[in-house]
Amino acid sequence: MTALPQTTQKKLGLVIDLDICVGCHACVTNCKEWNTSNYGAPLSDIDAYGAEPMGTFLNRVHTYEVRQEGCNAQTVHFPKSCLHCEDAPCVTVCPTGASYKREEDGIVLVNEDRCMGCGLCAWACPYGARELDQLAGVMKKCTLCVDRIYNENLPEEDRVPACVRTCPAGARHFGDFADPDSNVSRLTAERGGMELMPEQGTAPVNRYLPPRPKTDIGGENKIDILAPFLEPVVNDEATQDQPGGFLGWLDKALEKI
Amino acid sequence: MHPAPSVIIFTSLSGLGFGLMAWLGIGIPPVGGFAAFAFFLIAYLLAVGGLLASTAHLGNPGKAIHAFSQWRTSWLSREGISSIATLLVMGVYAFNLIFLGQRIQILGWLGAALALFTVFTTSMIYAQLKTVPRWNTGLTSVLFLSYAISGGALLAGLVNIAVVLLLLLTLVQIIAWQTGDKRFRTAGHSLETATGLGNLGKVRLLEPPHSSPNYLLKEMVFTVGRKHALKLRTISALTLGLLPVLLLVAMPFNLVMVALAIVLHVIGVFTARWLFFAEAEHVVGLYYDKR
Ligand code: SF4
Ligand code: SF4
Ligand code: SF4
Repeated sequence: MTALPQTTQKKLGLVIDLDICVGCHACVTNCKEWNTSNYGAPLSDIDAYGAEPMGTFLNRVHTYEVRQEGCNAQTVHFPKSCLHCEDAPCVTVCPTGASYKREEDGIVLVNEDRCMGCGLCAWACPYGARELDQLAGVMKKCTLCVDRIYNENLPEEDRVPACVRTCPAGARHFGDFADPDSNVSRLTAERGGMELMPEQGTAPVNRYLPPRPKTDIGGENKIDILAPFLEPVVNDEATQDQPGGFLGWLDKALEKI
Repeated sequence: MHPAPSVIIFTSLSGLGFGLMAWLGIGIPPVGGFAAFAFFLIAYLLAVGGLLASTAHLGNPGKAIHAFSQWRTSWLSREGISSIATLLVMGVYAFNLIFLGQRIQILGWLGAALALFTVFTTSMIYAQLKTVPRWNTGLTSVLFLSYAISGGALLAGLVNIAVVLLLLLTLVQIIAWQTGDKRFRTAGHSLETATGLGNLGKVRLLEPPHSSPNYLLKEMVFTVGRKHALKLRTISALTLGLLPVLLLVAMPFNLVMVALAIVLHVIGVFTARWLFFAEAEHVVGLYYDKR
């Protein structure tokens, strides 16, 4: 049924740390790898080696530049997958009952045996978290790796989503937001974890940790932590025409001849 | 939003068909026999043709049977059920009228109500979407119903009624365009709220997540052709109502004039429906820094 559960026993989801993400796209790749070979229809690619390759992905990384008047710009890498919203509009619009939110853990899933591929759920999602697979004609979305997190055939440390397991920077965290003592709840509380587009009223479960304030972003008392370490390098480059040390001696010696 | 031919044909034709059915249901004009047969045939061809066109939009039409199951939450499901119910009730009404010469008026009223409810459910598929601020308003339903009722009147040959309704429709459409232009801004969505990075400064896209388009961009971020919007709006407003009304009022009344008025009106409907999709901006475009 596409009616949403009143409450869910758990609220499983991700915390994504925008301060840490380096934009390497490893989560994108491992997400595709795991999900194309497991749950449901594979994530197809169209014209993979052609001029305009297109494919289905459940997780994508955007890169933004943020700039404040009079300050230097900063780069923020921004991974985005389904936020497993508590008030998920994608679920209630579904005419076939293919989309549903699980009462036990809050994961939003698509039952591919019922999905007719109308695409209305993708229209209803504000975050672009659903993509209709062009070959299979069914709706694909992040499953929160439901086939990993409860999978007793995997070693314990692998029972987390593929994107979380693979992130080399540790920018993605998985846990239960219904438990105030969980890692994700504590991170959200400590770092001011935020909702995306709260004005859409979807009550997303996933939270994003904002980049930590930078000390060297400009302004009056500009402190550049790295500058002193870079100074020799910079000076070297600036004085390349008159090298110091052995080369300098050689240079001068040769000059005299 | 991508103006897919399947959804444009679906909403335009089925709207006209159900609009005509509503007039036939309440017995205006009070036709019977062969005339009734011809009118009902046109209404059914339009309604059913439109519904069939909509299945071209599906990735898996074979599973469409499940779409009748979720009427408790889904407007698309309600639309499916309501359209089938309308076709069935109207079928019984039309059969009695055409072949048995009896008008079961209560059935006609029920069918007419169902036909208009179907148009309303179609409008709600779009009006419910908070993600598309231009559509997310009660005006969308008023608009769809105006199209159905006025177009239906024209098809039913109700010249006097159609003249008034077509002018009203043109007015509603112009209001919808004008207010629609402001809706995205007043809804308050921006790349800053989308990323939550607004308190750090002004946000812009530095690198998109993929180098070629994807399903999201193709389906929901349609920016081509909007530069002609004003011209298309003018064409649509003229052909939708003003020119047909001029033909019906100023020219000698005959069947050719009515047919010409209908052709013009349908051109206007298709143009307006193309704009309905092409001008609608989905909030997901914010993440790509384009709408
Ligand atoms: S992020 Fe989109 S797809 Fe995921 S639950 Fe929310 S609305 Fe649905
Ligand atoms: S695409 Fe599938 S899951 Fe999405 S609304 Fe349509 S039937 Fe439901
Ligand atoms: S939880 Fe799994 S399906 Fe979802 S983005 Fe991560 S890897 Fe992909």
